[in-house]
Amino acid sequence: MYYIIALVALVFVVLTGVVISRLQDVIKSVKKEESEDAEPSGNKVNGALFIIVLVLGTIAIVWSYLHAREFFLPEASSVHGRRTDDLFWFSMGILTIPFAVVNFLIFFFAWKYQYKKDHRASFYPDNHKLELIWTIIPAIVMALLVFTGWKAWSDITSEAPRDAEVIEITGKQFNWIVRYGGVNDNKLGNYNYKLIDAQNEVGIDLSDENSFDDFQNPTEMHIPVGRPVLLKIRARDVLHSVFIPHMRVKMDAVPGMPTKFWFVADKTTADMQAELNDPNFKYEIACTEICGQGHFSMKINLVVDDEASYKKWCSEQQTFLQTYPEYLAKVPDNLKAKAMKGLPETTEAPADSSATASAAGVSAGSSIR
Amino acid sequence: MSAVEGMDTAHVDAHEHHHESQNFWQKYIFCEDHKIIAKQYLITGIIWAVIGISMSVIFRIQLGMPDSNLSWLKPVLGGWISETGKLDPNFYLALVTMHGTIMVFFVLTAGLSGTFSNFLIPLQIGARDMASGFMNMLSYWFFFLASVLMFASLFLQTGPAAGGWVIYPPLSALPQAHPGSGAGMTLWLASMAFFIVSQLLGGINYITTVINLRTRGMSFDRLPLTIWSFLITAVLGLISFPVLLSSVLLLIMDRHFGTSFYLSDIYINGEALPNVGGSPILFQHLFWFLGHPEVYIVLLPGLGITSEVIATNSRKPIFGYRAMIASMLGIAFLAFIVWAHHMFVTGMNPFLGSVFMFLTLIIAVPSAVKGFNYITTLWKGNIVFTPGMLFSIGLVSLFVSGGLTGIILGNSALDIQLHDTYFVVAHFHLVMGAASAFGLFAGVYHWFPKMFGRMMNPTLGQIHFWFTFIGIYLIFIPMHYVGIAGFPRRYYQFTSYDFTHKFMDMNMFISVAAIFSFLAQFIFLWNFFYSIFKGKRAPLNPWRSNTLEWTTPVVPGHGNWEGEIPAVYRWSYDYSKPGAKEDFIPQNIPYSQTLESNFPHENELIATEKEIEAQNFNDQFNSH
Repeated sequence: MYYIIALVALVFVVLTGVVISRLQDVIKSVKKEESEDAEPSGNKVNGALFIIVLVLGTIAIVWSYLHAREFFLPEASSVHGRRTDDLFWFSMGILTIPFAVVNFLIFFFAWKYQYKKDHRASFYPDNHKLELIWTIIPAIVMALLVFTGWKAWSDITSEAPRDAEVIEITGKQFNWIVRYGGVNDNKLGNYNYKLIDAQNEVGIDLSDENSFDDFQNPTEMHIPVGRPVLLKIRARDVLHSVFIPHMRVKMDAVPGMPTKFWFVADKTTADMQAELNDPNFKYEIACTEICGQGHFSMKINLVVDDEASYKKWCSEQQTFLQTYPEYLAKVPDNLKAKAMKGLPETTEAPADSSATASAAGVSAGSSIR
Repeated sequence: MSAVEGMDTAHVDAHEHHHESQNFWQKYIFCEDHKIIAKQYLITGIIWAVIGISMSVIFRIQLGMPDSNLSWLKPVLGGWISETGKLDPNFYLALVTMHGTIMVFFVLTAGLSGTFSNFLIPLQIGARDMASGFMNMLSYWFFFLASVLMFASLFLQTGPAAGGWVIYPPLSALPQAHPGSGAGMTLWLASMAFFIVSQLLGGINYITTVINLRTRGMSFDRLPLTIWSFLITAVLGLISFPVLLSSVLLLIMDRHFGTSFYLSDIYINGEALPNVGGSPILFQHLFWFLGHPEVYIVLLPGLGITSEVIATNSRKPIFGYRAMIASMLGIAFLAFIVWAHHMFVTGMNPFLGSVFMFLTLIIAVPSAVKGFNYITTLWKGNIVFTPGMLFSIGLVSLFVSGGLTGIILGNSALDIQLHDTYFVVAHFHLVMGAASAFGLFAGVYHWFPKMFGRMMNPTLGQIHFWFTFIGIYLIFIPMHYVGIAGFPRRYYQFTSYDFTHKFMDMNMFISVAAIFSFLAQFIFLWNFFYSIFKGKRAPLNPWRSNTLEWTTPVVPGHGNWEGEIPAVYRWSYDYSKPGAKEDFIPQNIPYSQTLESNFPHENELIATEKEIEAQNFNDQFNSH
């Protein structure tokens, strides 16, 4: 990096020198009578600068690109991620051509056709054939890019496969909470934002039997490798956006409008640690929609496990009801027995009439304080 | 606003055949003359630009040198700098937000379009003034009111608005979500409401003036491209700003009157809000229905100015005049049907995403035509590197470089990874921010002699160009790299994640380049203000240009032309015409006087000259 700074500094030193010498010329020329045909002020220098900047700029861009390349697009770990990466570099490759050609022409023409005394510009107001050519060529290139992009986009955003592992991720100021369907039924229970309280952070609706074995985790998300994962994305307060850089996953979390994104991770955390030769490597999930003061640190770690360790991890998690057995009170009476199945024997279920009343209250929409 | 008083050029030899002599207030403050209003816009825009760019320098220091001690900013920022010399994270977001708002709306919309539409439309179409001088004055003073409110919001205890310049609800709707969503947001919304009123008053005026007040012979196919661009810009603004106003009003209702347009299912600060049924996405649709045309509202005047300046200083006709108009119309039309490309990952229906990707990438075609036409205009020219010309050439380079990365972002599949990263920031700063700013500079350098009757120092202008041009690329090329690495935007610092734990030196480099470019602007400021008072006196037509404004006195008075408004017989791009004595033929020279250089079809037009001269229905002075 210091090289870039040095290089830039050099450019500016040269420029400053040029400028000072020009200034002296200007001071001298102040006394001269300016005639109509006089060389416009500083024309030669500026013409030359176009070529100098073109050459130095090309060197700087190529060099800085090579220098920065190691950090570009962190190693993709999902199937669609490698596809969009290829598409990205393919598009970039195509676009580099007009970038280079057009900028070359601008700089080169500026230098080449700079003012010359007694020279006359050529009167060349239009040429329909030429204009047609440079309308059609970009149109064709665009059609190509649109087509490849559209194919990738419709595959990525297609319906998730039926066997996808469904995981809910909820954004709030300023952390993420993940919720799993649980090992018994592997189905996410209903939720209602009015049921949210200090413990029930995502508003699990315990009158839905699917929620009894749900478990949640505010610090870590685990997903299985090589299997489609469907993220059901929600937000509790303001907009957030789930960004998993290595998976090429990004989707906004919108209060009141659940969103989703499915993908297949195909490298476990251990694989990546080995591949990158970095034993501390972790997948991360970040927020990319401004959400307030803690926006820049709204992080949750992602662990990609092989199937066995994923199953094992899931079975080790305490369900929500196990963690907070007092919420049994919210379970309707006829489902109590089912809800208590996974609970430790010692837990006293407060199954009296007042609990029933409050359960009814919950289903009517009041929240627990 | 003392700067407005500072504009007293002391050489406005007002042409006062028709009016009582005016006092200071009528002449410089509540003035209905389009030239003074243009200068008011310009000076206000420059002041805003200094504020807006200074903000970016502060947050670039935060991003590039996160360990630096900012205590030296305490005299300015006070409590926003902590005891240990750190920038407050909330205020960081406020800076980002205000930088965006100020630069997009107050500098590049009002400062650019307001200045040059006002200044050039009457002068270039041959009109005494705008269609309604009073509305024009109101337009500026509504803008001034908006400016005062926005400026006042900077001094609030809770800080100015801080939800990003796009102010997405619910963050912006809920004061409990963020300090910047309190009084700061209230003032932001009020200010923008007045700003929109100002834009509409101005826009209606521009459109009416161009359509109704063109001088004799100034048919639409003889209008300079500047006027075409201002006209199209005004139409864009007229259609899209009301939509922003409606979204702002709905947001105000949500904030203060308990409605639920944008709010649903929210639990915040231990409380479940009663609002249900609203949609935050609705706001985004409404916002970007303005927000995307806004990009072109900002850019098109720059492109128009560039067309004029490049043709004049290449001493060549603009290549493909009709194609230039057609591409501007095409861009303007497409600008209204691509807004959702800002929303590919908001959970919008993926099919809509495909449609908007397709429409977005079409924009590349008219844009490419413009780029190529500029280059062909340079080809075989006889180029004079006036500062205005340099900035115009720079604009073309920035427009193309920045536009190309837009093709990546317009591709919804690629946008998944790049959305809301620094790649986006780099893209739009090049194509819309820097390119439009270059249009502004080109315009100021080119028309300064007409505005103030004096010349700016060309050498300082050239130095200013090179420093700015190189500085801009040094900032934004590396910023693309940071974006490709996945760095999200609007992050206070990059210390929380492993994947952003790199590029420390690159971020520092960007910040150094930003500070450098910022400092280079003082060359311009000095040159500008010094030349107003002490610059060399301008000749009548310093750039040997064809357009009508150069047929006015050096400092045009009220009514612009002494005596009759000139008639127009030809387009404005007869540069280096074969056979002509000079390398330019102004628009007001009839073909009958240039027999040596006429093309056959132009000789036929000689017959119409009598008819053109006989018309005089557009001169307001002749009607009394």
